[in-house]
Amino acid sequence: MIPELGHYALMLAFGIALIQGTMPIVGTRTNDPLLMSMATPAALAQFAFVAIAFLALAECYVVSDFSVFNVYENSNTTMPLIYRLTSVWGNHEGSMMLWVSILAFFGALVAVFGGNLPAALKANALAVQAWIAAAFELFILATSNPFLRIANAPFEGRDLNPILQDPGLAFHPPMLYLGYVGFSITFSFAIAALLEGRIDAAWARWVRPWVLVAWMCLTLGIAGGSYWSYYELGWGGFWFWDPVENASLMPWLAGTALLHSAVVMEKREALKVWTILLAILTFSLSLMGTFLVRSGVLTSVHAFAIDPARGVFILIILVLFIGGALSLYAWRAPLLKQGGLFAPISREGALVFNNLFLVTACATVLIGTLYPLALAALTGEKISVGPPFFNLTFGPLFIALMIVMPFGPLMGWKRGDLLGAAQRLMVAAVLSALAVAAAFAISHRGPVLAPFGVGVAIFLMAGALTDIIERTMVLRLPLRAALMRAAGLPRSAWGTAFAHFGLGVTLLGIVAVTAWSSERIAEVKPGGSLDIAHYRLTFDGLFSRAGSNYQDVVGRFTVHRGDELVGVMEPSRRSFPDRDMATTEAALMTRGVSQLYISIGDPNKDGSIPVRLYFKPQVLLIWLGAGFMFFGGALSLSDRRLRIGAPRPAKARKQKAKAALQAAE
Amino acid sequence: MKYLHALALLVALFATAPSLAVEPDEMLANPVLEARARAISKELRCMVCQNESIDESQAPLAHDLRLLVRRRLVAGDSNQQVIDFLVSRYGEFILLKPPLSWNTVALWGAPPALLLVGAIMIVVVERRRKAIQRASGMPQLSAAEQARLAEILNGETTT
Repeated sequence: MIPELGHYALMLAFGIALIQGTMPIVGTRTNDPLLMSMATPAALAQFAFVAIAFLALAECYVVSDFSVFNVYENSNTTMPLIYRLTSVWGNHEGSMMLWVSILAFFGALVAVFGGNLPAALKANALAVQAWIAAAFELFILATSNPFLRIANAPFEGRDLNPILQDPGLAFHPPMLYLGYVGFSITFSFAIAALLEGRIDAAWARWVRPWVLVAWMCLTLGIAGGSYWSYYELGWGGFWFWDPVENASLMPWLAGTALLHSAVVMEKREALKVWTILLAILTFSLSLMGTFLVRSGVLTSVHAFAIDPARGVFILIILVLFIGGALSLYAWRAPLLKQGGLFAPISREGALVFNNLFLVTACATVLIGTLYPLALAALTGEKISVGPPFFNLTFGPLFIALMIVMPFGPLMGWKRGDLLGAAQRLMVAAVLSALAVAAAFAISHRGPVLAPFGVGVAIFLMAGALTDIIERTMVLRLPLRAALMRAAGLPRSAWGTAFAHFGLGVTLLGIVAVTAWSSERIAEVKPGGSLDIAHYRLTFDGLFSRAGSNYQDVVGRFTVHRGDELVGVMEPSRRSFPDRDMATTEAALMTRGVSQLYISIGDPNKDGSIPVRLYFKPQVLLIWLGAGFMFFGGALSLSDRRLRIGAPRPAKARKQKAKAALQAAE
Repeated sequence: MKYLHALALLVALFATAPSLAVEPDEMLANPVLEARARAISKELRCMVCQNESIDESQAPLAHDLRLLVRRRLVAGDSNQQVIDFLVSRYGEFILLKPPLSWNTVALWGAPPALLLVGAIMIVVVERRRKAIQRASGMPQLSAAEQARLAEILNGETTT
């Protein structure tokens, strides 16, 4: 009964999406406020029915209803409740349900919080949102129905893919989808603006919070996925330039560009046409990410769908939405009026530079990912485009971007002072040079370029701090006055500083781990030990441990630093009898922001085991940096001008700060 | 058929897989040769995997290739000779870094070309925009207006 209820609710949601996608647009054409106002209740009903369908599927998993084919395929009564819940989206059908649910959720948010939007813009945007929903709901109903029943229900389900039985699955896909789907809102607003043929700075102010939210979630989603593969794959790689990873990186790059160009549009009414294009491209890349992952064009752990019918369906969705949006853009964009002028050396100029490099980097990833497919289709020749290609192309683009980054926030709008900015960055530059020298002095090995990488990272971090120090005058004013100024700074300024600082932190982690990791690969017998970077690990022996639906063979290692006992590490080999598969469960020990990392292989007959042991210096900085970026986004999101839609800070506060300043003088 | 292929791949990846990438018994006793072997392995693709090098991959094929690389090194091949040998056997597909050829000119040329085109476009659009603005004369003030504006501004700043 429950699955049928879910199925029915999904059909109703599809029906509502068709109404929501047409009536409000007719309303805006005929100027009928009644039709336009249909969008809001329709979006809410849409969310309600999709939520019912999603919860129905989740309920099937919770109670282990194996008469539902999808549950039978991907769940098992012995799995802990948390994995039974996460298996809802650990498969193709369920992940599509999650996609649509998040889409409907965002639509409902626009309906609820969009009270101050112009009626026509809101109606159009929600209608476009409904087209996307309708397309994906039809896709689920026609090719990927998760509510399909089996005539004779089996007693036990097959298991979830062991690789996916991990807390990472609870976090990574939903965050990623929040990001992907979040960009659908900006897409809808962009299409709505094109339909109306009108766009202004207020548009950017409405859209920016959505871009921010999507960008924040995508940042965390990518970082989470990277950490997941780091500890799950058994050798501590954090980024592979795998097509599926690239698929999530591309919307992030385009989204980052969009975030910055939307600022220009909001403040200066410039770059309107470009911002609209970026909004379309960002969501197109999100859609393509879904296509690349789901269609089976690329086979990997992520590719659940191998049925070609689904691939063709998604391809049609892709062509209709991207092609349609770009055609509309080509037709309507010339109608949009251009805004303010600016000198090349200015905040706007810096942001244009940012956009140029981010978009080029994004295109590089796109070309690198699709080139082998295209070449094979055209000439039949097979080539590989792997990490070395991306490191050689994407790397320099990003390094250039990061060197210029600290200058941006120090530059004035309309006309900036490059020399002044450079002078203010002197301290950062000196710090960075010292860091390069120190890195050269300390490191005896590793690539020659690594110390310079450290230098760029320090420059970026110090540069981000410079902006805050300059604006709060913390070095020139008494502390109280400086704190007052700090409180008076717009939160978006803090957000910028945090996000830029975070990128520096991430870069520092990447450089340190890539250049200065130590590795030991060896076989150890019980009682034997391995030395790595100040640490000595002694292998105490193997024991076995039973989990709910798996069996572990655990190796126990005691870790010493000098004579001091630091702790115990227990890496294991985990076998899943239901699927006849095994995974490597590495053990990690955090020391400051560095980690010891150990994974073991199957034991040999003589009692020894093969061991991979790593010391990963500063590795946690990679993800800590992403955390800073997320926090920066959150600060920016809480900025007053985004909350109430008023671009000016309160007068009283300004006067207070002024008074404090005068008192200090 | 495609399904079977993917399944075989999955099985190859996870089920029968030895647990580690480079295994201790594969490694050469000579640390210099071993370091060279590792460096070469990082440039070679495990052909049944997704963009994984044979240094990282757990697939049996990668294991065989790692041994092959080491055998050639022990026999006295230079790094380039080992790579050439593998390319002659498996084609350019095995190289994670595609060599520059007619097939890959577009690939390697695209990033710098895009950057250049983007920069030129920005300059052209900017020029045209300024020209249009100047031609339309809208934001231009007459000399009298300029003077009046200066007056207002001065008036404001002095009070």
